[in-house]
Formats: sequence, structure tokens, C-alpha cells
Amino acid sequence: MNTTTKTQLPLGGKPQKGLYEVTKKGYYGEFGGAYIPEMLYPNVEELRQNYLEIMADSSFKKEFDQLLKDYVGRPSPLYFAERLSQKYNTKIYLKREDLNHTGAHKVNNTIGQILMAKRLGKTRIIAETGAGQHGVATATVCALMGIQCVVYMGEIDIARQAPNVARMKMLGAEVRPALSGSRTLKDATNEAIRDWINNPVDTHYIIGSAIGPHPYPDLVTRFQSIISEEIKWQLQEKEGRKNPDFVVACVGGGSNAAGSYYHFLHEKEVGIIAVEAAGKGIDSGESAATSALGKVGIIHGCKTLLMQTDDGQITEPYSISAGLDYPGVGPMHAQLYQSGRAEFISITDEEAMQAGMLLSKLEGIIPAIESSHAFAIFESHKFNPDDVVVVTLSGRGDKDLQTYIDYFKL
Amino acid sequence: MENKIVSKLQEDKKLLSIYFTAGYPALNDTVKIIRELEKNGVDMIEIGLPFSDPLADGPTIQASSTKALKNGMGTELLFDQLKDIRKTVSIPLIIMGYFNPVLQYGVEAFCKKCEEIGIDGLILPDLPLDVYQDQYETIFKKYGLINIFLITPQTSDARIRQIDAASDGFIYMVSSASVTGAKQGFGNEQTEYFERIASLKLSNPQIVGFGISNADTFKQATKSAKGAIIGSAFIKCLTENGTDGIGDFVKDIL
Repeated sequence: MNTTTKTQLPLGGKPQKGLYEVTKKGYYGEFGGAYIPEMLYPNVEELRQNYLEIMADSSFKKEFDQLLKDYVGRPSPLYFAERLSQKYNTKIYLKREDLNHTGAHKVNNTIGQILMAKRLGKTRIIAETGAGQHGVATATVCALMGIQCVVYMGEIDIARQAPNVARMKMLGAEVRPALSGSRTLKDATNEAIRDWINNPVDTHYIIGSAIGPHPYPDLVTRFQSIISEEIKWQLQEKEGRKNPDFVVACVGGGSNAAGSYYHFLHEKEVGIIAVEAAGKGIDSGESAATSALGKVGIIHGCKTLLMQTDDGQITEPYSISAGLDYPGVGPMHAQLYQSGRAEFISITDEEAMQAGMLLSKLEGIIPAIESSHAFAIFESHKFNPDDVVVVTLSGRGDKDLQTYIDYFKL
Repeated sequence: MENKIVSKLQEDKKLLSIYFTAGYPALNDTVKIIRELEKNGVDMIEIGLPFSDPLADGPTIQASSTKALKNGMGTELLFDQLKDIRKTVSIPLIIMGYFNPVLQYGVEAFCKKCEEIGIDGLILPDLPLDVYQDQYETIFKKYGLINIFLITPQTSDARIRQIDAASDGFIYMVSSASVTGAKQGFGNEQTEYFERIASLKLSNPQIVGFGISNADTFKQATKSAKGAIIGSAFIKCLTENGTDGIGDFVKDIL
């Protein structure tokens, strides 16, 4: 590891001992922790001991900020959606993470983690991916840094997300199919963890969401917290106030949501709204609404809410959106749900698809289906005309074109 | 009454422990497999409670877990299959599984049931040392269960000492940085690791797991360790020969 000069606070600010930030042992209330086999202990412990220090290093921050600016294209705009606001009779701002390089918020985290991996002296990167957005964002930063990259992806997802598989290959990554279990995101994550067990010394695992053993949820959240950091000053410019009345984001594992909420967690006047995928309906048996259907348990090294049988076997989620198709939720979100700090709303496939179409027609923006879920809440959820509602548009819809085509028979 | 693991560890011999996944190959093979293993001279048995997402396992044990769950295996059913096991079987029995099914059953209820049946110990690889000590150690001890921790070639000496202090049976020594069933045989790296651990003079004996599949690797692994565990190779044998192949499998090793 390079020597670091601790001159500043880590990205995302000082670790607080509040209800919503992680404790030293890695908990948000009862959620979080590091429920990992001993084989992973040295890797995870190395990261835990170093991540805050690395993030506090001024040269690290400088490099991170520079890449976000010049390579990713940050700050992402905070856009006042006038026609959408008119339709729903409230003030809606879109945080345009869809305009980032690679088309989603995922790259904020992969830039941060690749720089961290370099400081830890790692020479090989692994990642899991569902729809392929995190895989592409990881392959991208690995190409940028000239580091070997292996992405695990469920065999079924490989078949249905061919363009992203091709992107990863063009970027020089090796895409390895996860052949176990349901052959989707959950299993890709299992395979990535197994790879890390088999390669404990040279490899860094870039987890794509605010999940996994401590320190990952906090680490990913801090890299994504750039989203709410920017919202604050952008809103100041536009509205003369730092805090919106509501901040809305979709939640699968929950990384774009964690980043969108982070700087508002302790601002009591800011309402936090988390939007989950109800799939074909919460009671349909084909859903990914973890807060409604989950119970406390352990998934991928972390204690959180997850969908499981009475016997504790993890069940298969379903959503039309591959990015929300995860049976658990990040531990910070589990705590936000349990404490009542955030309101959780679930949106069906149908509602999300209609919202995606509406945003396209009214604002000229085709959203990722994940993000479409966040926009669908306006149909049922009424806001006051002078409420300022910030919705994080986590990704663009290019990757979902085929799903939109099939759904609307375009 | 002394824990059966503790008395077994005092025997002056190298111990062979066998892992199998409960509910595999057929749902009701559990008791039959245990009896066959004991009859053929195995010293200890690890009964795998199958889990949907076995992170530390390679393809062989994963596949057996998936099949076992498809067959209908579950926590309550396993306890039911084992309820009379102590009428006929006397060797140490350990349940090995992942923490979530235990958590859902209720850790105390699970431990109580284990005591009623006559289970001697648990191996829960994803229950970390600090969580065990903070929350569950008193429960395990109340029901006479020995908790078995893993160490790997990457585990620091300091942490090994910590684990040794927290253990009261044996230490499960993972032979290499890998998931189960990933590697065949041992190289210099393993030999050095085995010697390093032996030189630490730990208070708990070590039993080596991962990478042991036959008489040769059993012999190598137990040169300095007290015993060795075979898992994936035994599952493969069950896949190929069913429960009829158990006797020959064990004879080939001992």
C-alpha cells in the first residue's frame, strides 16, 4: 500500500455514530456486519482497516474527483422537469445519473474502488453483474487502469443482456457465466465470492451495490454519496435551499438510493422515499419487494432483510428490471425501513413501464426500467404544489430498449 | 457426560471425518449413510444441512445441496430423520451448514434440538468469531455443543491464537485458499502451512479439510494434524455408486 497522508475527512464525511451510519463493527441498527467464512476474513479485514484512511487521503480524493469530472462527466445535472411537474402539480427535479459515462450511477463506485484496489496493491479485479451495468462500469475502469478484469454474470442474464456482454468483452473483460442456482445476479455474486476465496492475495472484489460484508455497504455508499453532495449545492443554486422536501430513488441492493439519501439522512425535514420492484404484484409470488416480503437473515455476508423460505433458504426474486432483481436489500436501507426513516413504496412492472413511457414522452428522456420505478410513484403518491421532489434517474434506458419494444410492441 | 468429539480426539489414532449433504442422493438416505460410515470405521461425521447459497463450496457440494433441497430436505425434516440416531450410532456427529437456516430456526431452538438428538458440535463457516462470542457462545455451551472454527493458510498467527482460545474441540484447518473440492493433492505450500501450524503448538488439535480425496492425501494431511475431513470426493462417490459404494470408499482410504 502507498503511504497516505491523512489531511482530510474521508469521502462522504466523518463516520457518525448516528442511527443511519455504520458503526465501527459494521452495523446499522441490527443490520450489517460481516458474516463471512474465515477464508474471506483477511481480504475483508484488509479493506476494513484501510478504506477510511485511503478515502481521507488528499491525493486519493484529488484523483477520484478529477476522474469523476473529466472521465465520468460530473457533476451530473439537476434538471427541473417542467412538464412532468405540471402533470403531477409539484416541483420535480431529476438527478441525471443517466448522463454519466457508461450510462448509470454505477461508475461512481467503480472509479472509487479501482483507485482503492490500486492503493492496496491489487492486480486483478472481479465483479458480479445482473443486467450488466455494474459489469460494464467495472470493465471500463479496468480498461482505464490496465488491470485484469473478470466479471461473473448469470448464464440466463448473459443470454438476455447480450449488448452489455459485448461491451464488457470490447473493454477487455472476461465474462464468466454463473451456472449454479437460478443463474442470475444472486448466483453471479456467489461465484464472485468463491473466486475471491480462491484468489485471496492479488484480487480485489468490486461489489456493485450497497450490500455485502462490512465495509462494503459503507464503502459503496460513500463513493455514491457524491449524488446527494451535488444535489445540495445544485438545489441551492436553483431553489435557494439545500434540502428538498423529498428525495426519491429506486432500490434493488440500493447503491443509487444510498448515495442519493446520504447527506439528507439527518435532515429531518427531508422525506426519504425508497421504491422497490413489486414485479407482478407483491402477493403474486413473482416480486422483488424485499421490505414487504423479506425477513431478517444473512445474504452475501450481511445481516439484512431478504426474501427467504421459513427454512432460511434464499428465494428467487422477480422484476422486469434486472437491476432490481435481488432478494435482499442493503443493510442501511433495512435500517431506514425498520426505523421508519424512509417510506418504502413498491411499484409493479406495469406501473414502471408506463412511467418510463411517460417520462420519454414528456421530457424526452428514456429511463432505465430501474429508474422508471421511481417515477411511477407520482401516480399514487400526491405531493403539494410547492414541494420540491428530487428523483434520482439512476440510468438510461438504452440497455432496456428490447424490453420496452417487447412490452409496448413498438 | 463428556462430549463425543472430545473423547474421540483423545484416541491415539489419526481420525477420518466424512462430510455428506443430508437429503442426497435420496431424501431419506441420511440415517443409512451415517450407519454405513460408522460400520466401516469412520471416526466422525459431518452432516451437511443444505443451503441455497453455499458460498464456501465448490460445484460438487453445491450440486448436492441443490438436489437435496429439491428432494425436500429441510431443517425440521433433518431433525426428524435424526431423532433416534443415538439408539444405533455412537461416533461423534457434527452438523455443518450456513448460518441463515440456523438463524431462521432460532439459534437456541436449534441448539436445544441438537442436544436432544445427540449432536456433538456445529460447523457454521459464516458465523464469525466475534458474533459467536458476543451472542451465541453461552447458548452453544448450555446445550453441550462444540463450535468448530476454520483457519486457512491466510489466517494470521495472531488470529489463529484467538481462534484456538475460543475453541474447545478441534480446529478445522482449511488446506488451501479455495472453496471445497477445488484442488487435488498438496504441494510445498501446503506442507509449509501444515508445518507452520504444527509449530504453533495450539491447545486444540487440528483436522484438515479441503483437498483430501484418497489415501495419499489423507496420509499427507494427517502427518502433523490429528485427522482429515473428506467431503466432495465422498459426494462424488455417492453420485456415482449410491450408498452401496460407501464401504469400498472408506476402505480405500483407511
